[in-house]
Amino acid sequence: MGDFVLKVNGARLPVSASPEETLLSVLRNRLDLTGTKYGCGEGQCGACTVLLDGRATRSCLVSVESAAKAKIVTIEGLEQNGKLSTVQQAFLDESAFQCGYCTSGMILGATSLLQERHNPTEEQIVEAMEGHICRCGTYPRIIEAVKRASRLLAQGASR
Amino acid sequence: MNHRDEPITESVQGSLTTRQGGSEMGRRDFLKVLGGGLLVCLAHTSSWAQESGRGFGGHEPSNDLSSWLHIAADGRVKVFTGKVEVGQNIRTSLAQLVAEELRVPFDAITMVMGDTDLTPWDMGTFGSRTTPTMGPQLRTMAAAARQMLLEIAAQRWHMAPAGLTAAGGKVTDPQNTRSLTYGELSRGEKLLKTVSSEQRLTPAPEWKIAGTAVPKAEGRDLVTGKHKYPSDITRPEMMFGAVLRPDGFNATLVSLNTGAAEKLPGIKVVRDGDFIGLVAPDAFAAQRALAAIEAKWNVPAQPSNQGLFAYLKNNPEGGREDGPQYVSGSVGPALAGVALKLEEQYAVAYIAHAPLEPRASVAEWIDGKLTVWTGTQRPFGVRDELMQAFHLSPAEVRVIQPDMGSGYGGKHTGEAAIEAARLAKAVGKPVKVVWTRSEEFTWAYLRPAGLIEIKAGAQRDGTLVAWEHHNYNSGPAAIGTPYSVANQLIQYHAAKSPLRQGSYRGLASTANHFARESHMDGMAHATGIDPLEFRLKNLTDARLRAVFQAAAEKFGWGRLKSTPERGFGIAGGVDKGGYVATCAEVEIDTASKRVRIRRIVQAWECGAIVNPDGLRNQLAGAIVQGIGGALFERILFADGRILNPHFAQYRVPRFSDTPQIEVVLIDRTDLPSAGAGETGLVGLAPAVGNAIFAASGIRLRNMPMAPRSGVPGEPDPGLRS
Repeated sequence: MGDFVLKVNGARLPVSASPEETLLSVLRNRLDLTGTKYGCGEGQCGACTVLLDGRATRSCLVSVESAAKAKIVTIEGLEQNGKLSTVQQAFLDESAFQCGYCTSGMILGATSLLQERHNPTEEQIVEAMEGHICRCGTYPRIIEAVKRASRLLAQGASR
Repeated sequence: MNHRDEPITESVQGSLTTRQGGSEMGRRDFLKVLGGGLLVCLAHTSSWAQESGRGFGGHEPSNDLSSWLHIAADGRVKVFTGKVEVGQNIRTSLAQLVAEELRVPFDAITMVMGDTDLTPWDMGTFGSRTTPTMGPQLRTMAAAARQMLLEIAAQRWHMAPAGLTAAGGKVTDPQNTRSLTYGELSRGEKLLKTVSSEQRLTPAPEWKIAGTAVPKAEGRDLVTGKHKYPSDITRPEMMFGAVLRPDGFNATLVSLNTGAAEKLPGIKVVRDGDFIGLVAPDAFAAQRALAAIEAKWNVPAQPSNQGLFAYLKNNPEGGREDGPQYVSGSVGPALAGVALKLEEQYAVAYIAHAPLEPRASVAEWIDGKLTVWTGTQRPFGVRDELMQAFHLSPAEVRVIQPDMGSGYGGKHTGEAAIEAARLAKAVGKPVKVVWTRSEEFTWAYLRPAGLIEIKAGAQRDGTLVAWEHHNYNSGPAAIGTPYSVANQLIQYHAAKSPLRQGSYRGLASTANHFARESHMDGMAHATGIDPLEFRLKNLTDARLRAVFQAAAEKFGWGRLKSTPERGFGIAGGVDKGGYVATCAEVEIDTASKRVRIRRIVQAWECGAIVNPDGLRNQLAGAIVQGIGGALFERILFADGRILNPHFAQYRVPRFSDTPQIEVVLIDRTDLPSAGAGETGLVGLAPAVGNAIFAASGIRLRNMPMAPRSGVPGEPDPGLRS
């Protein structure tokens, strides 16, 4: 076991864990940040996506030891003072979910994409989100939600 | 799913036929917990209608109660139902129906669902049954509650109830504009009423809340990550469990060494007969300890994909067959004299539900009472499994189903619940068990594989005269043809499945529609008649004709001419009260043989629409999910092992597979609402297959039709997805 201090959603959270334990496992099982989901543990589904230094990252493929060096943002960190982030609001407005289990990962994947490309084409959205599975098949609405968020950001909404 | 009709796993079947114990909390207890107010119960039989008015005497008819509705002193309405929310939006659409009949704002309703201590017994959430059965039950209760509130107000005001109106959560006297809120009316009351199913319900054309696109009630908690799914539940002092899986199906244990695992800190190995599991202080330690267990297994030789369909045909289940589902006229002589005959075999592979949230449970024992939080479509069924496994009474087990990461028919059973309960009992602390993806692919159950043989005949003018349809193993759902055919022999043949199989969204409706609608397309081409025209020529069902015509019109059917690079196909059918017609446009790269679905137009009708936005979401989702089974999803197996138990090897539909989707809804407010979770899936595969044929002249008769690599034992389709 090792002692780490994780920078999560603007807070410094001390945690004891094996250095090779995944960030996903530490977030969910030691810090009770369960908005980040387990879907496959192999980087194939995107349900566990978080932001590491602003970039979408599969938390099931990152050890807690390496994650301790980065600024981590999980789904719980997007809402500010009761106000949803632009991407969260866009997903809500488009009802871009069914069971919602993939939604956290989708929102963080889209947040990362929109930081890199303010106005992605549909092809670029598909390419960036291809690693995320929505087993309920809500892809068309998710694409619409990403486009909506892109429009809102262009109009000056905060990220 | 109708359990009498369908091939389901032994464990599912066993639990479906067990006793129907009701909720363990009596109605009087309820009013204590809820703090008075108005509690309405719905009886299944009209005999309970005699027991009405204030209080109730004698009977304790909890077994016959199907739903409860409570109005508290603050005007909040709680509705109790054993149905569960799995992404199909039923939490929202049921609340809309209650709000409509009760005349309260949508926000006044809280749905309490899938908790065996709080909700009346329910068989489960499957078969598209919630909307057509639970919907009217809750509407009936709400209408009765509204009537009671009118009567209470009339008593307070010393007048007849007839002149009063109920709206917006208030009863109003229009004569002198006084009004009382429902909260004011129920305050201080301890009212119990059991009502019959004889209430006048608001007709759909008059709906103001039902029938509208109310946003998903729990949407905000989904985008913030606040919603607690079954795998997110934690309890004080909770430990983490893991279960040792055999090397293959039907394996026997040869040797076991748990020494290394038990030396790891905090690990307790639990052995109980064939069950070998362990408990650890954290999830990481549990998986590490599991990997440290040395076990040798003997796995017997077993069937594989190679020769599967011949195996299913040659290995009937049980002895006597039940006989044909449909028989009329005489197929043999009719075929002998007919101008056009077509005889083909179709096949569907085993596929996995692969819900993104795998099986998960938290179990806790307190003073001999077991409480389990788990993801299941059948909380009362899982309660029965737990009662059986641990020899408990209904009062000693509570199953709670938090809205889960879906199921698609794949979570009828309680494996993880029993595992967590067993481990929790052994260590005396709450234990969480979450299956890995590979466990979910391997140890859950699958959509049945099947072989379908069809022999059909038509006159030269396109009139169908004979239809013979045999389904081996995949199932009898929607096996009957909706087309008018004088001579029919249609039969389902149960087979010994080499793999564990069970329910799946739409059941065999997908396989039977794939075979029937592919065959209809083949017959149309053989007669030289346009595929849509050929269908309509043999179809009298006005509702099915209407969706065919609506889909075709929106799609531009008839104006579009297939080329080798671009094909157009149509298919449709009816099942579980839902009418569907699907038009597909596919693109084929003639050099690489790659198939892509470019556009889907689907017309749908299921009576009066409760929530058009939720319905569109369900239908688009069904189309996307259907693409997997149509083109590339399949379980590969050999000698008792699943060979592709990972998303890297088992391909599911992704963003890039998604075509342009247009859904046409026909809202029949003159007809009762049917469910819409399943039948939206069944038109996709045959429409795509028919489009591929129109472009290429290649008739693909195996689902999946275009896997990236060939399925062992099946003809190579020559096309790739």
